[in-house]
Parts: sequence; C-alpha cells; structure tokens
Amino acid sequence: MASKALQPPPCAFSFSFAPTHRLAPPSARLPLLRYSWPSSSLSRRCNHSPTLTLHATSSSSSSTLEGGEAVEKVFHGECFVLDDNIDTDQIIPAEYLTLVPSNPEEYAKLGSLALVGLPSRYPSFVAPGQPLSRYAIIIAGANFGCGSSREHAPVALGASGVKAVVAESYARIFFRNSVATGEIYPLESAEGRLCKECRTGDLVTVEMEKERGRLTNHTTGKEHKLKPIGDAGPVIEAGGIFAYARKTGMIVAATM
Amino acid sequence: MNSAVMASTSTPFINNRKLLSSSSSAASLSGFLPDSIHVNKKEYRPSIRAVMAPPQPQRPPSTTGLVKQAMTMTEKILARASERSNLDTGENVWVNVDILMTHDVCGPGTIGIFKREFGENAKVWDREKIVIIPDHYIFTNDELANRNVDILRDFSVEQNIKYFYDINDRSNFRANPDYKGVCHIALAQEGHCRPGEVLLGTDSHTCNAGAFGQFATGIGNTDAGFVMGTGKVLLKVPPTLRFVMDGEMPDYLLAKDLILQIIGEITVAGATYKSMEFTGSTVESLSMEERMTLCNMVIEAGGKNGVVPADQTTFNYLEGKTSAKFEPVYSDEKAKFLHEYKFDTSKLEPVVAKPHSPDNRALARECKDVKIDRVYIGSCTGGKTEDFLAAAKIFLASGKKVKVPTFLVPATQKVWMDLYGLPVPGSGGKTCSQIFEEAGCDTPASPNCGACLGGPRDTYARMNEAKVCVSTTNRNFPGRMGNKEAQIYLASPFTAAASALTGYVTDPREFLR
Repeated sequence: MASKALQPPPCAFSFSFAPTHRLAPPSARLPLLRYSWPSSSLSRRCNHSPTLTLHATSSSSSSTLEGGEAVEKVFHGECFVLDDNIDTDQIIPAEYLTLVPSNPEEYAKLGSLALVGLPSRYPSFVAPGQPLSRYAIIIAGANFGCGSSREHAPVALGASGVKAVVAESYARIFFRNSVATGEIYPLESAEGRLCKECRTGDLVTVEMEKERGRLTNHTTGKEHKLKPIGDAGPVIEAGGIFAYARKTGMIVAATM
Repeated sequence: MNSAVMASTSTPFINNRKLLSSSSSAASLSGFLPDSIHVNKKEYRPSIRAVMAPPQPQRPPSTTGLVKQAMTMTEKILARASERSNLDTGENVWVNVDILMTHDVCGPGTIGIFKREFGENAKVWDREKIVIIPDHYIFTNDELANRNVDILRDFSVEQNIKYFYDINDRSNFRANPDYKGVCHIALAQEGHCRPGEVLLGTDSHTCNAGAFGQFATGIGNTDAGFVMGTGKVLLKVPPTLRFVMDGEMPDYLLAKDLILQIIGEITVAGATYKSMEFTGSTVESLSMEERMTLCNMVIEAGGKNGVVPADQTTFNYLEGKTSAKFEPVYSDEKAKFLHEYKFDTSKLEPVVAKPHSPDNRALARECKDVKIDRVYIGSCTGGKTEDFLAAAKIFLASGKKVKVPTFLVPATQKVWMDLYGLPVPGSGGKTCSQIFEEAGCDTPASPNCGACLGGPRDTYARMNEAKVCVSTTNRNFPGRMGNKEAQIYLASPFTAAASALTGYVTDPREFLR
C-alpha cells in the first residue's frame, strides 16, 4: 500500500460532538428521542476531520464496552419491512442525485428523501416535513440495494437515522458502499424470510456479538438468528474505511 | 473438461451429446500430455478397461517457477494488476488501477471525499488516468445539476486532468467540441478501454468496458475517493460464470436479446459477486458495440464484471483510438469456472423484460397485446450507432409511420453525427435521421444519459406520467424512468422500433420478413 500517498494533511479544523444517544435502551418505550437530536449529529459522517475517531458510544446507545472496545452492539426501534430486489432507485430516486453526499446540508436532505422511490403500496418511510425516519431498522428480502452504484443510497438511509438493514442478501456494490461509508450495518438473516415474519412498525432489537447476531421481534415475541457481520463490523463502527484505516494505523493519522 | 460436466438445464441449451463433442477438440491435443489417459478418461472410458496412470511424484507448485495455475481471464487480469503470479477465487488483493472514470452525478461526492481525506491541496494519483465525463444531467435548468458540472470543471482545472470532456454551452452541444456524452460509450470511443487492464468507474454500468477483455466494475464515491488518491483498490477475486453462445445469430436478434435471455435465466441476483465471461461462435461474430451491450447489463444480473475475450474485432476497433500498449489475456483451457451455460443462439427469439425487473423475461410475441404509449431509444446500452441503425432498418423495411411518440437520444456526440452522416445499408444512401424523420420519430436529442434514469423533472422524454414505454435502456425497476407507476418494457432496438410502428409490444420479425 502506498501509505505515503495516504498521509493526511495537517488538520485544518477540529470537530467534536458529544455522544448522542440516538436510540433508547431496549427497555424504553417508543417513540424515541430522535427528533430532538442536536443538528450537528446529522453531519457526523460528512464533516468529520481526518483525526476524529468515532467511538461506539457515538453511534449506538447501548453498546457493552469492555476495555474501550465494543464487543456487542444493540439497536432498538421500530422496523420498516420491504420485499425482494429493492433497487437503489427506490432507495433514492435519480432525480435527487444532484445532491452531493459529502456536503453536510445535502447529506441531511438525502436523509429526508430516503426510500421516497418506493411504490405507493408502502407507507412513508420519512414523514413529510421531517428530517428523519421513525424507523431505525429496515428488514428486507433478497438482493437489497441492486441496480445503480450510487453511494447516495446507503448515505440516504444512514442520514435518515437508520442504524441497520437486515436483509436476506445484498447486491454487491450496495454492501460495499455501506461498509466503506460506515453509514449502516448491512446484516443478513441466517434463517427464514424475516420480511414475511415481521411487519412494518414491529418493535425489534438487533443484537450483534462477535460470532453471532440476533433479531428479537418484541411485537411477535419471536427471535431470529442473524449472520455475523465479521470484519466489516469494526470498519462500520469506526465510521468507514478511511476512519478505520486511521484508527488501526493502516494509514498515518495526523497529530493535533 | 469443465464444459462437459457443467451442462445447464434450461430450454435453449444445447443437449449433452453436443456438449461433449464441443470439448473433444481440446482432448485431441492431449496426446502430447504425459497424463493423457487421465485427461481423456471421460471420453474414452468404454474402450479402456484396465489402464493405470503411471505414478507421478507429488510436486508442489512452489518448487518450480514454470508451474502455472490455470486461471480465468478475470483472475489473470487481477493477478497482473496485483503483481502476483497467480491467485485464487475469493482472495482479497490490492489492485493497481489503470483508469478511474467519474461523472457529474458521483464525481462531486468523490471529489468531496478525496479532499476531505487527502487534504484540500492534495493531488490525484495520476492526472492522465482519471477520466471525467459529464453526461447524466446536462441539458437541464436544475441549478444543483449545473453546479455539479461546474465542480467537475473546477477540479479538472485545479488538478490538470488530461481527459475532461467538458460542456459549457448547454444550448447547443455541438458548440462544445470536447463534450462526448454517455461515459461508457465515450470511454470506448476515446480509446480508454483496453484489453487486460483494470477500469473502475463510479457508475454501475462501468462493466460495459468488459467488452474489450478487461476488468471493469462500478464502485461508490468512497472507494473512488480512495482510488483517486492512491491508484489502488482492494478487490475480492470473483469466481466466473461462463456463457458459451454458439450458432449463427438470426437476423432478427440483437445482443440485447441475448443478455435479456441470460438475465431471465439466472435472475437479477444470479451473478452477484461473480464474473460473467461470454464466449462461443456467436460472441465472436458480434461487433464491439454489440459486445458492449452484453457486458453493460451484467450488473442487471448482479455481476461484478463481464468479459469478452479480445480478438481481431477488438484490435480493429482500437486502431487509431489509443497508442497505449496493452496485453490481452485469455482464460486457460483448464481454468475453473463456477458454472458453464450453453446457448444455441439460432434457436432464440426476440425477448423483452416486463415491468418491473430486468429478469422478468417474456417473448416479445407473447406481449403483442400490451398497448404502449411511447418508445425510447437511447442510453449506454441502447443508444449506440448500431442501435440506431437497427431501428432504422425496421422503419425502412416497414415504410410506415410510428403510432406512438418515439424518442431518440444518441449516447454520444459521435453517435449523433453518425445518425446524420452515415448511410443506412439498403436505403439508397439515406441517413438514420432521414429515415427517422420519415417515420415520424422525434428529432434526435442532445447526447446524454437522458431519461434512462429519469433525472431532473425537465429531462427530455422523462416519464412524468404513469405510462407504458418500450425502451432500449437497461433497467425497469419502479420509478427508473421517472414516474413510479410507469411501466417499462426493456427490449432490443429492433423490438423497440417494431413496437413504435404498431403501438403494441411487437416481435420485429413482423417487419423483417
């Protein structure tokens, strides 16, 4: 690797934010506190400086921390259920690709437009006039994110407040973009068709441990196994490939 | 002898007997091999009763530099690009990139990430290997869309990018000699696609360039930002599905029929994470533009890349387009393919993909009762010179006028010029544009991606209402061309033109016989 070429510039600006508890712990009642976030959290991924290290606590409320390393991640909230072959045009229609994800204001706008391309048989994913979705977790069928390579798709979902997608399988580029940006956890169900087992609005908890994952549907009372996220997990937790590479010393981090 | 083992199950496939005979040409050479009995075991089993292969000492490959591992084309390209002598499917390797392409939709985001991560004053890894092509949202008054082209221009000037195909005067594209149009076709026409190389682009249809026998795939902004700074990318080596298409291509079929046939066979996720290699006498007979149509749509089957082995057709096309040295590679005889599909092209019929999925295949003639509202001929996969020549052939053969609005969007400035300058064979010297005018089509529009992906509301031919369209484009998911309830039938330019003449989805044989 050309680590020399990757050497980041001296930090031009610093940026920090308090850990935002985006999601209530599993015991809490919905609705969650999402609409009262500080606006700076919206731009958490499009504005961080090269030296910023994102900790698990900033993106997930109830991680169990052990020696500073997250060994478990838990996401909790209402789920939004989708069928097979949801392509990126449905996640973010092409007419909105004029928005540039690396621009903080346009990043937020992409979030408000997430899944606006779905056919009318689906309910609204983001309520009109709202910046964020009430749904923290998407449950989908096979081949989620097929079609266009637009990175706007995982960005729009992440910007809308989605923490994780649980699908039967993913299209390759979407999966890679999700990990590269660190926007969302693209998780896979290990058994059954979760998109038939769950309904939009069901209260679910996703728990990820190193070797296994689990989705609990509190509305139906059922538990479902998930495939482990593997080495992609720490990359997403760090906030994407660049942040991960700096955090782990693969590329040299600038000193403040 | 993979091909003999991996017969597939579907209707148009050649039967097993033929499959075996097709592999015997390789077997006939095997008399030169010391282990020929092994090699020929399958074919000659009835006549050999008790022969034991001579014992061979186990020799690990590492004991000699001469031992070569059989590899597919894709594996070979990635091995060379990662400076490895061989590699295996599933390995993750750092690959040196030959060309990175970006456009007005994903370029600004890629540039944003590049600057954020490498610094405001950082320089790209190689100003001659980054190709920037505005093509998606050009002829629109959308301010953000216009701004995005400005961002590309500022960056190209700042970085002294050698290949930036700019447009300043949107009122008349011809006043912009540098402007090309649809990136994938411009890449080919400008000589950026070369056998054996690695080409990445921030667009899923970057796989189009596989037609040149190279590795080409689409990536996101973040990966592209990384490539922009380093010239490298981490890739997993994909296994290969091989599609052997033999037989003479009937004159009513086009490459679009072949790829829609294949996607219908393996579904929109059938090649996810995989490479698709196209070979056989049919593929060898295809022009470069038709090969592009094949490779362009591998992403519609989830494919990582598609490849056609380079041959004289490829070299002829490249003549005069590039002075760069390139070295084609080919799959070894004994390369491992995940699966091999065989098609007898002569038995195929014109097909369409019905709404709302590219794998929703049906025979065109089965859809003859589907009334349509419009026809669209354009895009990277269906707006090349030969696509318009094919449409013109149908209009010429019928001599009638279209019954529904027919929109024509040439992919590039070069294609547009061909429509006005190239005589259509058998027409007595008429050009495509004359034939289209006589048939009552809309005047060919300014070259760009157009309504293939909807785009801003004022995009020419965008489907703003829930209508039915036969289109030569590559996707028909809900809302792809604009309106979410609109229905898109993907079809070849032959089928699209035939449908325009009747107002229904129509098998082109109605006009070609």
